[in-house]
Amino acid sequence: MSDASLNTTQTQAGDAGFGDFFALLKPRVMSLVVFTALVGLLAAPVGVHPVVGFAAILFIAVGGGASGALNMWWEADIDRIMKRTRKRPIPSGKVTEGEAFGFGMTLAGFSVVMLWLATNWMAAAILAFTIFFYVVIYTMWLKRWTPQNIVIGGAAGAFPPMIGWAAATGSISVESILMFTLIFMWTPPHFWALALFMKADYHEAGVPMLTVTHGRRSTRKHIWVYTLLLAPLAIGAAFTSIGGPLYLMVALVLNGFFLKGAFEIWRRDEAMAEADQYRTEKRFFRLSLYYLFGHFTAILAQSALASFGLGGW
Amino acid sequence: MSLSKQHELHKRRFSRNLGLGLVLAGLVALIFGLTVVKVTNEDFGVPSQTGSTY
Repeated sequence: MSDASLNTTQTQAGDAGFGDFFALLKPRVMSLVVFTALVGLLAAPVGVHPVVGFAAILFIAVGGGASGALNMWWEADIDRIMKRTRKRPIPSGKVTEGEAFGFGMTLAGFSVVMLWLATNWMAAAILAFTIFFYVVIYTMWLKRWTPQNIVIGGAAGAFPPMIGWAAATGSISVESILMFTLIFMWTPPHFWALALFMKADYHEAGVPMLTVTHGRRSTRKHIWVYTLLLAPLAIGAAFTSIGGPLYLMVALVLNGFFLKGAFEIWRRDEAMAEADQYRTEKRFFRLSLYYLFGHFTAILAQSALASFGLGGW
Repeated sequence: MSLSKQHELHKRRFSRNLGLGLVLAGLVALIFGLTVVKVTNEDFGVPSQTGSTY
């Protein structure tokens, strides 16, 4: 029996490939989670066995991926509208919403339990809270309710280094809170720069991004103010136990560029931005990725130097 | 002579099943490795029996 409709298959439950499920985990966000968690783990003063360390980072990554899958499940309606997200597995019809939900919940439970078994209850508890915060507090509640969604919701992305630190030490410390704060304060300018050049997308989806609720002028001012607040914090960390001369050098350079970029964003208006297709905003956004990567690499390098008796003040 | 026709659906299911199989094999290996590390750790100790019975 042949059926002409076999050539244009309707996606049903059970039809997704491995890559489609993997895409649900938001791999690019996962890579940031993995990197910052690894820095938190390695910068901690307590060593861990490589197998335990590998397992911890893997389960933290899986927990981060579970959050991504559950976020995609909840936001399938918005993802269909936004150009940036239309090709995601659910809007493109590769994975059903029910599958994404089941997948996300299973991985969330699995990652928390396994992290607890591999390391300790503190790391598992922070991971569980992170998943809850991102999915329930940010995705389900704040994102569609307040323009400060990014500010508060950014905490979810700031937890991984704390989880890595807790996996090694079994506790929270000033150092891990500092790493948390660095990411927390970095998140708003990073996302608001994105919102500036992805302008129509969020508006059409009905998400209350600052660009829509308070206007683009206000968003530019917010980017400048938050960067002004971030810079002393990032540089100040050089004089704490996770910092040192190398970190200070890196922080001064990166924050110099970041402040310059934020100032330029604040100074220009929409006419200037449209004329060069938001070149400054896009450059700032790219810089923000190097910014975070650079700071955490410096923290890692400082920690590695300390183990040889170098680094520190 | 058997007749079989590969459909795109079969390829997708095969890729999913293969990926899942490899993930599960990796998980088994990892848990085994973790167990060995934990058990050979000098802090590891079998809890003492208190003599209680059901």
